[in-house]
Amino acid sequence: MSSRVIFATVVRILRQVKRDHMSLALLLGAPTAIMCILSYMLSDIPGAFNKWGATILAIFPLVMMFIITSVATLRERTSGTLERLMSLPVSKLDFSMSYAISFSFLAILQVTFLSFVCFMLLGLETKGSIIMIILISTFNGLAGTGFGLASSSLAKTEFQAVQFMPITLFPQILLCGLIVPRDFLPKGLKEISNLLPLSYAIDAVNEATVQTAFTYEYISSISTLGGFTFILLLIGATTIKRRTP
Amino acid sequence: MTSIKINNLTVERGKRDVVENVNLNITEGKITGLLGPSGCGKTTLMRSIVGVQIIKSGEIFILGEESGSKEVRGEVGYMSQDPALYEDISVNHNIGYFAKVLGVKKNRINEVLDLTELNDYKKSLVGNLSGGERARLSLGISILSKPKILILDEPTVGVDPLLRRKLWNVFSKLSEEGHTLLISSHVMDEAEYCEDIILMRSGNVVYNGSKSNLINKTDEKNIEEAFIKIINKNEDR
Repeated sequence: MSSRVIFATVVRILRQVKRDHMSLALLLGAPTAIMCILSYMLSDIPGAFNKWGATILAIFPLVMMFIITSVATLRERTSGTLERLMSLPVSKLDFSMSYAISFSFLAILQVTFLSFVCFMLLGLETKGSIIMIILISTFNGLAGTGFGLASSSLAKTEFQAVQFMPITLFPQILLCGLIVPRDFLPKGLKEISNLLPLSYAIDAVNEATVQTAFTYEYISSISTLGGFTFILLLIGATTIKRRTP
Repeated sequence: MTSIKINNLTVERGKRDVVENVNLNITEGKITGLLGPSGCGKTTLMRSIVGVQIIKSGEIFILGEESGSKEVRGEVGYMSQDPALYEDISVNHNIGYFAKVLGVKKNRINEVLDLTELNDYKKSLVGNLSGGERARLSLGISILSKPKILILDEPTVGVDPLLRRKLWNVFSKLSEEGHTLLISSHVMDEAEYCEDIILMRSGNVVYNGSKSNLINKTDEKNIEEAFIKIINKNEDR
């Protein structure tokens, strides 16, 4: 790995994003609009927004980072820029780490903005720390980047890349405890949900909304999510090939 | 001195051998023209030399090291047929990015922009450039680090004759500075500027040597006629 290459690549990726005002507006505006609708929708049910709000907030970076990573890296593959980089003294890890770092910035930006809107304007409450919720959501975004890197290597077109999103993300959203608490999932599904990173993100966010103490469950959820993120990014890195057919 | 040595190279693409048992020596410091009709395996051969192509069998050595290995990656500049640029950022930001990746100093960027006559386009978005301008930028990026070996895949395709002349002047200059250049084209006339010639046809190398030798051997001044004569001779055998 070369810090010079990674730094240059991060600057280049963020420059590309910065130029694309529409994408930036969607990145911040779309989840905000959805949270506003959610808060309004649940306004007549006491305590409901507090129950769902933080967990849904944490799902956004996973979905968004998955989409932008898979499309951005696929663009590098199809435009020939990845091949050019692979013909130079650039390692595969330089490339994937650059994307992970750049998109963590975007995840932090998105989650911070969204937290501000939810906690300051929409009246979402938490007994724990907002910083922890931002941190957990950012980890979740990084997991999305890992999934995105891997799925873009399976996809041949942007069209296919986007199709991978429901396959990878929907089961996670269904089984993460948002609809049915994970302890009440039927046999078999509970075990599957144990293998999905989003489950741990939601567990951790649930802990973060009820307390400030770092309990065993809380720490183990966060570290399991961290472990998943790390492994996903490594898998993502191995899907980048120097030589292609 | 041999700078690129290829032994028994075979490359398979889509269950077909698109490069078949090729043996080559490419001499240091010369311009070698890789000529042949479209689809004869030129690009695949070049990608193999650069080290980005999966090969079926054979070996390729660049300056004595295996192609694609860490040691030689910085010594091989590659310009592919696709411009391989970031369209949504400016010329300056594209070339600046690759300069940072390669650890090249800032004044070299200006040298390259001068050489490729892109100074007036520094601030333009690459997406707004014409095909010829993109080709020049892509070439500029591949020569940034002054690599010893330059692999240029159809760098003059679709450019106007004036620019073509200019580009060949750039290539001659690079060759005089000691760079080894391998330049492909499906236009046989481009052999005019090359010292050495490799003629390819359906995955095979039909001639590899100096241009003067090719002309003597076939008694043809025109490379296209020489190409036809060699193919006919091979088929008679």
